[in-house]
Amino acid sequence: MSKIVTLNGNMAIAEAIRQINPDVVAAYPITPSTSIVETVAQYVADGLIDSEFVCPESEHSAMSVCIGAAAAGGRVTTATASQGLALMWEMLYIAAGLRLPIVAAIVNRALSAPINIHGDHSDTMGARDSGWIQIYSENAQEAYDNFIQAFRIAEHPDVRTPVMVTFDGFIISHSLETMKIEDDEAVKKFVGEYSPVYPLLDTDNPITVGPIDFTDFYFEHKVNQLEGIENAPKVIEEVGKEFGKRFGREYGFFEEYRMDDAEVAILLMSSAAGTAKETVDELRAQGKKVGLIKLRVFRPFPARKLAETLSRLKAVAVLDRATSPGAEGAPLFVETRSALFDYPERPKIINYVYGLGGRDITPEHFHQVYRKLEKIASTGKVDQYYGYLNLRE
Amino acid sequence: MKKAKTLEELKNATWKELPIGTVNPDPANSLKNFTGTWRSGKKPIFKKDTCIHCLFCWVYCPDMAIIVKDGKVLGINYDYCKGCGICEVECPTKPKSIEMVKEEVTLS
Amino acid sequence: MVRLRELASMEDRLVSGHGLCLGCGIPVIMKVVLRATTDPIVIANATGCLEVCTSRFPWTSWRTTWMHSAFENAASTIAGVEAMYKALVRKGKIPKDKKIKFLAIGGDGGTYDIGFQALSGAAERGHDFVYICYDNNVYANTGGQRSAATPLGASATTSPAGSKIPGKMQKRKDLTQIMAAHGIPYVAQASPHRWMDLYNKAKKAFEVDGPAFLNVLTPCPLEWKYDESQGMRIANLAADTCVWPLYEVENGKYKINYFPKEKLPVIKWLEPQGRFRHLFKEENKWLIDEIQKSVDEDWERLQRLAKL
Repeated sequence: MSKIVTLNGNMAIAEAIRQINPDVVAAYPITPSTSIVETVAQYVADGLIDSEFVCPESEHSAMSVCIGAAAAGGRVTTATASQGLALMWEMLYIAAGLRLPIVAAIVNRALSAPINIHGDHSDTMGARDSGWIQIYSENAQEAYDNFIQAFRIAEHPDVRTPVMVTFDGFIISHSLETMKIEDDEAVKKFVGEYSPVYPLLDTDNPITVGPIDFTDFYFEHKVNQLEGIENAPKVIEEVGKEFGKRFGREYGFFEEYRMDDAEVAILLMSSAAGTAKETVDELRAQGKKVGLIKLRVFRPFPARKLAETLSRLKAVAVLDRATSPGAEGAPLFVETRSALFDYPERPKIINYVYGLGGRDITPEHFHQVYRKLEKIASTGKVDQYYGYLNLRE
Repeated sequence: MKKAKTLEELKNATWKELPIGTVNPDPANSLKNFTGTWRSGKKPIFKKDTCIHCLFCWVYCPDMAIIVKDGKVLGINYDYCKGCGICEVECPTKPKSIEMVKEEVTLS
Repeated sequence: MVRLRELASMEDRLVSGHGLCLGCGIPVIMKVVLRATTDPIVIANATGCLEVCTSRFPWTSWRTTWMHSAFENAASTIAGVEAMYKALVRKGKIPKDKKIKFLAIGGDGGTYDIGFQALSGAAERGHDFVYICYDNNVYANTGGQRSAATPLGASATTSPAGSKIPGKMQKRKDLTQIMAAHGIPYVAQASPHRWMDLYNKAKKAFEVDGPAFLNVLTPCPLEWKYDESQGMRIANLAADTCVWPLYEVENGKYKINYFPKEKLPVIKWLEPQGRFRHLFKEENKWLIDEIQKSVDEDWERLQRLAKL
């Protein structure tokens, strides 16, 4: 039986881990993801799951244990944030290169310096080219739903690529929310049995994994790796639809909120979408044709789908919760603007960076953005394409 | 897509034909890599008459190039011998049962 | 007592055709160690000489299951494999009677230095694995840079002998003792020249329940700069000068496995190696005395530990 409960984001992930009962969980505690790791440790201590829980001496080793365990031939998960993800960096690429379907819950948190424990996307944005699939969640419900789907996506024979499911530190990880937890058996059934590919523990069929490639093979192996993430969109879509059929909440690459006749829109990811939706409602009540797109899947980036939706608008503001120092805008903006390039009809597009280090974003800031978009839509002119929200300037 | 399995198939594999995850499914295939071509100027000669079959040459050979059957040294596998000479140094018999001799190097 | 004819009748798990240098000590160690169990072995190999010279795609010199992940994480990689084995046995997906041995291998760079934290962590967590360090005293794979295992006075490319500084000015880190201090069931120091001692130690290491650490001196003709035929002689000199004592620590109990009949002066070990050549210049000879003093002190201390 599914049940309505009050949980925070971390507890929602811990619940999913309890239901999935992965073979190995290897994780190192770091704020704000610590309570996921603690709760799973308690589940193991209480015999609620029979996963092998490994608590290594660093995140680098946590991901290394995940890699060894996944290569051995079973289902593996971990959780981390911020500096922890940064310390895993080297190993993220190796997990993807070895096509190991590890699923990681990443609680988005700012990167040092200065040290800050609050939510922004600089950690996962830095990992955007590591080869992992990235799914961003607005709230605890989505974090839970995405985390369950992630195993199906990662382990699909055409994909076999690691997935990180992210949600904003503290705002989602530590805020209580009323949400639905699905029936244990239904979740297990949805995730299904794990079927290993080239498991190390099949010692009757010895293999060599992680060889050295010279100039004659590295390129082929890298393109071979890309095939996994290139096959992912179809699988992400199928799994999202099936999840909807099974549990009533369907998922795609992005959510369109009141976009039907919208002329201007904001594009963003994760928890800020909730506040933005409220602002859209207020403006819609005033008869303004505004909408919101909340991107769910950042890698693989759904460029064509997104561009098709955006191309009919007059103006779009992309809101990034991270920077890309020295680039022509923050990561989501750069990707989006590039996606629109081939469309002869395309909107004016601007970029705001918001919420670094957990800085609040309130309806007033969204009003400010929509006012700006309306001005651009009416004049057809962009005076400044890049700016900051809620920064003392 | 049929995936490459054997050394020959792997050698010519396109990116699509490579097994995923960098896996090499053909164990011990370096036996087809003849490192004997590395020898430059000297090679070991086995002299069975004085050999006491202590197998020191076998255990200390870095290239697994000493041929042993039923506990007896039969000779040197020149396909792999790189010519380091450890076998001669470690041979305890007098005179030595393995001797390094000059080898003409022919460039193929 | 095992005999070489028995070992020779077993199949090589690391086979010919690898690209290790002529005269390299590493495959000699692997030949003996990989015969010390008849169970299947899964290996996690740190980046280094052994890894690059045995896995060049599409070739492989491994007949046994082998994985390379990165430089500093052989211990955590094998910990993951072992953890998965335990999980799958518990869940009934692998039969209980299917025994597998888990082996991590690294050079001194990957073990003393960059991989030390991962090794220490995996040892503390008590994973059932064997870690073998092939210690050739230097980052040999990348051309001879100093490591924490490079001995006092040796010239390495990042601790070169110059007109002002005569090579590495620090003692090596005593990793074997550090691993013993982890209180794991088995720790030993061995040398390829003493093949039976090495075999016995590898066998014990595979047999104990929990972590085991073997530190094996590995002659490197390229970086130690000696004639490639002399590797086993040099390894022997390390034991006879007590530069590299052969001992084991079994459940906390120290045992010295080899006492030289006549303890040779360190100069016998230094002389044949080009990396120590500069020590024989008049102005550097004081360092040979320092080295001798340091070796003597360590040997005394080890004997005291063995008497406890």
